[in-house]
Amino acid sequence: MTNKDQYKVEQEPFYQQQKNEVALYEAAYRNRLPVMVKGPTGCGKSRFVEYMAWKLGKPLITVACNEDMTASDLVGRYLLEANGTRWLDGPLTTAARIGAICYLDEIVEARQDTTVVIHPLTDHRRTLPLDKKGELIHAHPDFQLVISYNPGYQTLMKDLKQSTKQRFTAFDFDYPDAALEAQIVAKETGMDAAVAAKLVKIGGVARSLKGHGLDEGISTRLLVYAATLIKDGVAPTDACRMALVRPITDDADIRETLDHAIDATFA
Amino acid sequence: MSPTTEYQHPLMAAYWKQLDTRFPQVEEVFEDVMAEALAVLTREGIDAYLEAARVIGKLGRGVEPMLAFMEEWPSTAKAVGESALPSVMALIQRLQKSPNGKAITPFLQTLAPVARRLQSQELLQHYLDITLDLKARTTGSIHGHHTTFPSPGLPEFFAQAPALLGQLTLSGLRNWVEYGIRNYRSHPERQKDYFSLQSADARAVLQRERHGTLLVDVERKLDLYLRGLWQDSDQLVPYSTAFDEIRKPVPYYDKLGIRLPDVYDDAGDISGLDRYRAALAHIVGHRRWSEAQIADNWSPFQRMAVEFFEDCRIETLLIREYPGLRRLFLALHPKPVENACDPETTSCLRHRMAMLSRALLDPDHGYADADLNDTVARFHAAMSEGASSTREIAALALSYVAKTRRQSDQFARVHFDDTVVDYRDDNRQLWKFIEAGDEEEAFDAQRKIEPGEEIRGLPPRHYPEWDYSSQTYRPDWASVYEALHPSGNAADIDRLLAKHGALAKRLKKMLDLLKPQDKVRIRYQEEGSELDLDVAIRSLIDFKGGATPDPRINMSHRTDGRDIAVMLLLDLSESLNDKAAGSDQTILELSQEAVSLLAWAIEKLGDPFAIAGFHSNTRHDVRYLHIKGYGEHFDDDVKARLAAMEAGYSTRMGAAMRHAAHYLAARPADKKLMLVLTDGRPSDVDTHDERLLVEDARQAAKELDQQGIFTYCISLDPKADEYVGDIFGRQFTVIDHIERLPERLPQLFMALTK
Repeated sequence: MTNKDQYKVEQEPFYQQQKNEVALYEAAYRNRLPVMVKGPTGCGKSRFVEYMAWKLGKPLITVACNEDMTASDLVGRYLLEANGTRWLDGPLTTAARIGAICYLDEIVEARQDTTVVIHPLTDHRRTLPLDKKGELIHAHPDFQLVISYNPGYQTLMKDLKQSTKQRFTAFDFDYPDAALEAQIVAKETGMDAAVAAKLVKIGGVARSLKGHGLDEGISTRLLVYAATLIKDGVAPTDACRMALVRPITDDADIRETLDHAIDATFA
Repeated sequence: MSPTTEYQHPLMAAYWKQLDTRFPQVEEVFEDVMAEALAVLTREGIDAYLEAARVIGKLGRGVEPMLAFMEEWPSTAKAVGESALPSVMALIQRLQKSPNGKAITPFLQTLAPVARRLQSQELLQHYLDITLDLKARTTGSIHGHHTTFPSPGLPEFFAQAPALLGQLTLSGLRNWVEYGIRNYRSHPERQKDYFSLQSADARAVLQRERHGTLLVDVERKLDLYLRGLWQDSDQLVPYSTAFDEIRKPVPYYDKLGIRLPDVYDDAGDISGLDRYRAALAHIVGHRRWSEAQIADNWSPFQRMAVEFFEDCRIETLLIREYPGLRRLFLALHPKPVENACDPETTSCLRHRMAMLSRALLDPDHGYADADLNDTVARFHAAMSEGASSTREIAALALSYVAKTRRQSDQFARVHFDDTVVDYRDDNRQLWKFIEAGDEEEAFDAQRKIEPGEEIRGLPPRHYPEWDYSSQTYRPDWASVYEALHPSGNAADIDRLLAKHGALAKRLKKMLDLLKPQDKVRIRYQEEGSELDLDVAIRSLIDFKGGATPDPRINMSHRTDGRDIAVMLLLDLSESLNDKAAGSDQTILELSQEAVSLLAWAIEKLGDPFAIAGFHSNTRHDVRYLHIKGYGEHFDDDVKARLAAMEAGYSTRMGAAMRHAAHYLAARPADKKLMLVLTDGRPSDVDTHDERLLVEDARQAAKELDQQGIFTYCISLDPKADEYVGDIFGRQFTVIDHIERLPERLPQLFMALTK
């Protein structure tokens, strides 16, 4: 049997509630409803799930999805051994067996045929058939499936099927409003509130350029990075350029505009 | 000296004598100009000045040059130093000795403003050199007459010189003059238009040579700035600052957008881009926080004060948003010196307001005036509550005006130094009038629209042309008119195709072989070209695990799609009517056959392609004839146009290539091919330099290459080797046996796209 404790979240992760999402998640978990978390990159989706796992005291198994992932990467596969083969559970199977919260991060990155294997786990059946092994797993009563996805990436090729979407309850995350975000940055890094507010302001500048040459605005995660650098003694203007501007764009015009915003803000 | 003068200082009398002139007009102004000269020049300078004036008076050109010199020299000397006199005199002598004597007066009349712009003797010398160059190269001789005709452009140039130097550096001026000389040397009327800034290209070249940051270059950055920092957006409309010397427009905004100057020079440390940002931020402030006030009951002075206060209010709010703006605003805001204005003689209202405006923004203003400091404190108190409002600030402005009012505010002489804040808009949106008065300008009055000429056909498109001797583009030089090619009888083309039936059959075989294609992987193949490792391992595991292994462990490749867009550009110039060597057909007829076959072949292949012909009759009339578009099939309409192909006029290849490229570049295809079928070197009747259009075509080919278009030339000119390589590099073929063209052209195409 797999050691359940290794998946436990030991320390309380810092999470700042935006509205009533914690209570809503608890309600969903009580009824073991699958949950989908939507929102732009770096707005706190993964942190939220981690926090909830800690709060509910359940183990959390996270899978970062990618294009080359196949169904057997989730479910499990036979491995070759010197004298035959051995079955190895995949992360989804493990979660279903031990009663963990299974978190499939950026689910749209996975190929569509892969996402279909989660279907039987997400409705009333709560089962996972392992066709290769000829076994049908009944999910542990504590098991819950959570997926995240970023609607910002949406292209024709990367969207969830309706049949998948309609198996989940959903949270729509966005970057928190300026005051709250400043508070988050301040708490996460121990930065003083005034500087945090300035960082958030620069974040706002980039977010309003979304669609005008930027695919995504500056995420809360990057703001935290910038604050961390400043905390370490880097000059604010340099820290902002390094953590906020350079990562998100190669467009010279946008870079210059953001640089100007940094200079205008940290005067 | 006239006997009516009551008293003549002995020294003045001596100077007058030294001047040795009897022009009464000089006598009238003599006292005044001498007073100025004495204030500026040294003793030796005075002597030289009088001597020079004497010489100019004796040139035999009337009183005007002398008057101009006497009036202009003292301030010129003040700007660049007295020692510049010999070189100025040398230039005058040169002008006098050439037929350009008439230009002396305009030269002297604008000398002082020019000197004030240049501010150094060295730069003035450069200016004189440019002038001499212009003189020497535009002074004409026609068919053996020795320099008899004065330079037509020189007097015009002198008249424009101060304005030009206001916008150009000396090297920019040199380029501008150079362009005029090169293009209009042999055309006196156009030369005049150019040097008096009347012609369109004079302005276009001026625009190109200007110093500073052009709005068009930074438009996207400013747009991002508005959106990003201010969550605002609007059309940015440039207005020209180059040609409006008197009105000096300032930024403003209205329903149609935000109006900004077309160019900003750097101001000290502040870049042109930052000046645009300051102007935009200011306008955003008005749009966010200003409320239009009813102006009828306020005097112009009161309105001015309210404008200054309101400008400061919104700037304070802007700085609250982005503290860095304070540095920018203060760097651009003038810093009036306290007591610089004398209230006894001058209207100081503007000065007071500008000082106050500075003090409201600059915590370290250092002004001592009690009323001013009191008002600043009240302003900050009003602002400390929040954003305040236009109305509240207007009340504060009115009370300040009332408190500090002086009789002298009404004086006509207004102190303007250091009072113009040039990034601020004209505040037209701040006022609304209940009754239309006569003193307010009607900003939004409907302009009468002149009934224009009826446009026939498509309006021309203008393309630049490359001038190899200066390595610059001539802006908007060639006008390309596009039209549908007239139609003829489509059956003629079918007959031509039937005639080449045997050739068509051979071509068809080649076409079938011609498939350069994308590779696509096909997985799960029992037999294929490669082992698919993932699937193979999975099968092996199944096999070892006792299950039935999947035998489809190979993969293979399939090719898919051909993505080439083709543009066939035909030279339809006069020379196509010649008989081809060794054949009784004209080159035109052979081209027609060749193009028909090629069109048929490409149609079979399914590549999108277009056909167009071109010829030109001077740069003002380059004709681009549409024969087949990408959307059309090779059907009877197209064949009918092809059948009616006619030849005439000349070959301005570069313009036609650029025009064809703008269609081809818009195609989504991976590979873009432009085939140019021509029978001679590019040339036109208005171009005397043989190389010019060759170099232009070469430049056009380079531009196309940058746009990802592959150009290929098929030349029918047996002597093409001399130039075609210069234009197309190695991308050309010369077809010597023109009668074989119908066969060679489709083959060439296939070879190119294989």
